Amino acid sequence: MQPSLFASVQWSVSALTKYIREALESDVRLQDVWVEGEISNMSRPASGHVYFTLKDVQASLRCVIWKSGAARLGISLLDGLAVAAHGRIGVYEGGGQYQLYVDQVRAMGEGALYQEFLRLKAALEAEGLFLPERKRTIPSFPKRIGVVTSATGAAVRDVLQTLRRRLPLAEVVLATAAVQGDEAPAQLVLAINSLNRLLPRPDVILLVRGGGSIEDLWAFNDERLVRSVAASAIPVICGVGHETDFTLADFAADLRAPTPTAAAELATPVTLLDLRASVRTATAQLTDGAQAFLQEDRNAVVISANDLRFQSPARRIQSDRQRLDDLARRAWRGQSHHLALAAEGLDGLNKRLAALSPVRVLDRGYAVVTRREDGVLVRKVAQATDGISIRVSDGEFEADVIHRGP
Amino acid sequence: MPKSSAPKAIDDMTYESAFTELQSIVTALENEPRSLDDAMSLFERGQALVKRCTELLDTAELKVKRLSGEDLVDLPEE
Repeated sequence: MQPSLFASVQWSVSALTKYIREALESDVRLQDVWVEGEISNMSRPASGHVYFTLKDVQASLRCVIWKSGAARLGISLLDGLAVAAHGRIGVYEGGGQYQLYVDQVRAMGEGALYQEFLRLKAALEAEGLFLPERKRTIPSFPKRIGVVTSATGAAVRDVLQTLRRRLPLAEVVLATAAVQGDEAPAQLVLAINSLNRLLPRPDVILLVRGGGSIEDLWAFNDERLVRSVAASAIPVICGVGHETDFTLADFAADLRAPTPTAAAELATPVTLLDLRASVRTATAQLTDGAQAFLQEDRNAVVISANDLRFQSPARRIQSDRQRLDDLARRAWRGQSHHLALAAEGLDGLNKRLAALSPVRVLDRGYAVVTRREDGVLVRKVAQATDGISIRVSDGEFEADVIHRGP
Repeated sequence: MPKSSAPKAIDDMTYESAFTELQSIVTALENEPRSLDDAMSLFERGQALVKRCTELLDTAELKVKRLSGEDLVDLPEE
């Protein structure tokens, strides 16, 4: 039909919406209806009112339960639950939406999606796909981390931010895929398989997606994806949705994380902080080792007069050790759960964490004396020929021997 | 291991290899009797390794690449 150029009435949006509202609300049949469908997109904001969508295969209907009615419902509503809802159809003019104002809800048994979830879960479980002995250990110091997720969205941002903060030494390979919709399962499978073919092979794969409705997360219950997670040669950490969302991919993964951020944390049990601590420990050990030699062979070193007179090296070492212990305790307090470091051979980290620098031996006033002509260390008075080099904490200088003692 | 005939150039070492060698030097210094010359040169090598490790930790920046088909492409920083 051609719009008439000379229409006598031009509606305002408000007037038209009001007209539609009156048309719907004056239909008696629409004011007392029972509707069957599956609950989806449920939300319950601070206002206490409950919003959700009722769905069947072909259509969806917006529903509202006011706070007062919600309290009298006598049934707890969940996404995926099949229900019959009673109420009246009305129009929310501000949103331009017609919706069902619900006053009663009856359960219809578990929703079809949930039924399917249970059926597939039981089948795959029977096949042994979820067995604990299938789970592989997550490496504690990954060099290459595969991330399978959507190219856009909060999940990829959260994961990269977390990895950047915790282990910037690592390299991330993003394999992007649709994370919802019909295409999603095949794309996710492709991403996981491609990462498995990559050389050098990633040490761990993060399969992540932010929160969403049960339909949004449905790809992660797809049989193809679940099987490819189980078949991956690389350990998989799955972090989909929120704490309360469980998908079949979670069950098949080697480790389940409550959120994408948590997945990134679980992939990096050893952090930059831990690595710094282990370098400090090794530094202190190196210093201790060198000190032991210098003390054993006093003739080889010239000990500064100050140290000789006022300081007992043994006591200094004792107090340094104690300081290390204190530092260690402070640095490691509250993160003892990160101490899965034994696997990396970084034992005893928390014992001798040090602020000591390796030049500390020389700082303390020790010096190393070598003969300039042949570089031989001067250990005995007799070795001190003319022209010696003396190395102290900040460099080296040359000296001549003026007098050789007895 | 610490006194290998041709020690690796420290500037090219990854964190992991530098740290591994540092640890074996520490173990050697603690456990194996040797001359002072040896001990000093181990100590020096250890010091250089510590410097390398610290440098790598200080300058580390997460590398992010995207898999495109079977190829890796660099992802510009956001």
